[in-house]
Amino acid sequence: MTTSQGPTANPTDDTPGKVQGSRGVAGSGAGVGVTGDPAGRSRLQRLTPGSTLLRHALLMLLAFVGAVILIETLGGFRVAQLGAMAYYIPAVAGLTLLTGINGQISLGHGALMAVGAYTTAVVLERSESVPFLLVLLLAAIVTGLVGIVVGAAASRLHGPYLAGATLALAVGLPGLAIWSEEFLGGEQGLRVQPPQAPAWVEDAIFFVTGNDLTTGKYVAYIGWAAAVFVLLVLSNLLKSRYGRVWRAVRDDEIAAQLAGINLGRARVLAFVVSACCAGVAGSLLAIVTRLTSPTSFTIVLSIYLLVAIVVGGLGSLLGAVLGAALLVFLVPFVTERGLDAGLSAAQAANTAPLVFGIVLIVIMLAAPQGLVGTIRMRYLTRKATKASARA
Amino acid sequence: MQQFVTLTVNGIILGSVFAAFALTLVLIYRATRIINFGQGAMAMFSAYLALETIKRTDSYWLGFVVALVSGFIIGGVVERVIVRRVETGPELNAVIVTLGVFVGFVALASILFGNTIEGFPAPFSVRGFEAVAITPTDIFKLIAVLIAMGLLLVLFQFTSLGLQMRAAAFGQEVARLLGVRVGQMLTLGWALAGMFGALAGVLIASGAPVSPTYMDAVVVFGFVAAVLGGLDSFVGAVVGGLVLGLTNTYVAGYVERGSALVTLAALAILITVLLLRPSGLFSSSVARKV
Repeated sequence: MTTSQGPTANPTDDTPGKVQGSRGVAGSGAGVGVTGDPAGRSRLQRLTPGSTLLRHALLMLLAFVGAVILIETLGGFRVAQLGAMAYYIPAVAGLTLLTGINGQISLGHGALMAVGAYTTAVVLERSESVPFLLVLLLAAIVTGLVGIVVGAAASRLHGPYLAGATLALAVGLPGLAIWSEEFLGGEQGLRVQPPQAPAWVEDAIFFVTGNDLTTGKYVAYIGWAAAVFVLLVLSNLLKSRYGRVWRAVRDDEIAAQLAGINLGRARVLAFVVSACCAGVAGSLLAIVTRLTSPTSFTIVLSIYLLVAIVVGGLGSLLGAVLGAALLVFLVPFVTERGLDAGLSAAQAANTAPLVFGIVLIVIMLAAPQGLVGTIRMRYLTRKATKASARA
Repeated sequence: MQQFVTLTVNGIILGSVFAAFALTLVLIYRATRIINFGQGAMAMFSAYLALETIKRTDSYWLGFVVALVSGFIIGGVVERVIVRRVETGPELNAVIVTLGVFVGFVALASILFGNTIEGFPAPFSVRGFEAVAITPTDIFKLIAVLIAMGLLLVLFQFTSLGLQMRAAAFGQEVARLLGVRVGQMLTLGWALAGMFGALAGVLIASGAPVSPTYMDAVVVFGFVAAVLGGLDSFVGAVVGGLVLGLTNTYVAGYVERGSALVTLAALAILITVLLLRPSGLFSSSVARKV
């Protein structure tokens, strides 16, 4: 990897710089590849690799502390909401990477979350003594393996074909859970026993906050720790060589190939990383909701994730966090408006998807470029035009 | 053997309805180069309008007509009001808009008609004849699809309107130069697709339980069938629909609890086709990026 950095770093470096400038994504585009290129770089830039990591780590630590403070002070049902936000964040961030940074659309991330959730449920059902960190890691790995298979197929598809194939995955995969009654619990799904806090964690929390640690809070802590960790990894990945490669592939295939990038490999890698994030998200969903059932992972979940990245602004992790917050806090808000308007509970539960559907349409019609060049799919259009010109 | 015959017959009938639905996707794709993922939800909405009509008037046929008319209107309005603005933009904007139509209609139907499972009446008996496991309703479905396909064929091959629609789909600029009102033709194409989709929606619903999500899987089957045929071939879509219908009944019939796996089977077919023969089995274009 390091040996090839010198030659490839220069051509690809131009692309992210341009892109970031036009889209206003934070960061200067400098970072990795510095070692092989001493000339023409300021001392500050030469120092950035280390400080990028540190800066991100510090930011994430602050975010985690903020989440802890919120969880402790708000309490009640807000803890559950913050827990839900914790499992949406990795999923939306992963989809941001895939769609916003790498230009591949996926409607299958709900299904990938299901893989992570069911992995978690199956492991915890058989042994409650496994440390949850290990379970989380396993969920990420299993989902990543599924991601390799899906990504390999996806890397050859574009636009509507990719959307259709991943749609089929989202509609079809829950069927596997229904089919497997003994192992995956069929229609009813599996109950999940959330991990219990070790005594020292309970003591530490009590020492710091003066509050007792409930299971709900502990799960929310785990969720936020994992979510923040995922964000840290992704934010560094996006600033690294890989981030530049993914952007280059998105923006101009030919230029990327000229720069020595293997398009297929870059796409599959983006899909796998994104799938791992979805796996973590699913695993967190399992312990927060304490249930994995086929109905939790319908196509609506995948479309919700799409709404989050479109609204939050594609290609920015901050946007992903905002999108996740929107999913968690807008849904009850809209549902309450529905109840106020005299709808029954079952009807009001559908006001949120109705609003999200309208939001998707309106954003695409009113501000297709406005919300962060909405979907960075100009490149895909160009690709399609080129393809049809060739045809 | 008996089971094989039954499954095959049922598969062909199911497949003919899938074919009708796949045709709507092809119709829209040829006209506007968009895959309408909202097609199933629109058809479902028409079917629910039909169900409400049937409940109020006790007449299946009035409901049938309501479904077709509402499908025509919904299709045209969606194109004119929503899709028209993304037809020329990046193709994924169009994909996302149709997904918005998808969730929007499913949610709207859940609010208006409730999201419980209801029975949809059948026009004829749903009890099989003695020798063959085929019901009068099945025969009606098959005939309805064949008539609709025949009408579509006549429209496109033998009328001036059909020629104009084909011209508008084939080359917008040239068609416009020759005096074809391209915009109207595109709207008409979507409206026809909406009507055809509503027909498929009602036929699938007839004599079966429906809920606002009952067309979700059908969208996948229709998409796979259309891609199997190359996405712009009417014949291909029909063949693809039959393949999907047979796969459906075979998987559901021969695999234990297989009905849960039919969508995954469709996905497997889709991936296989896209990787081995990306242009589909009946595509008219020489090469296309999938």
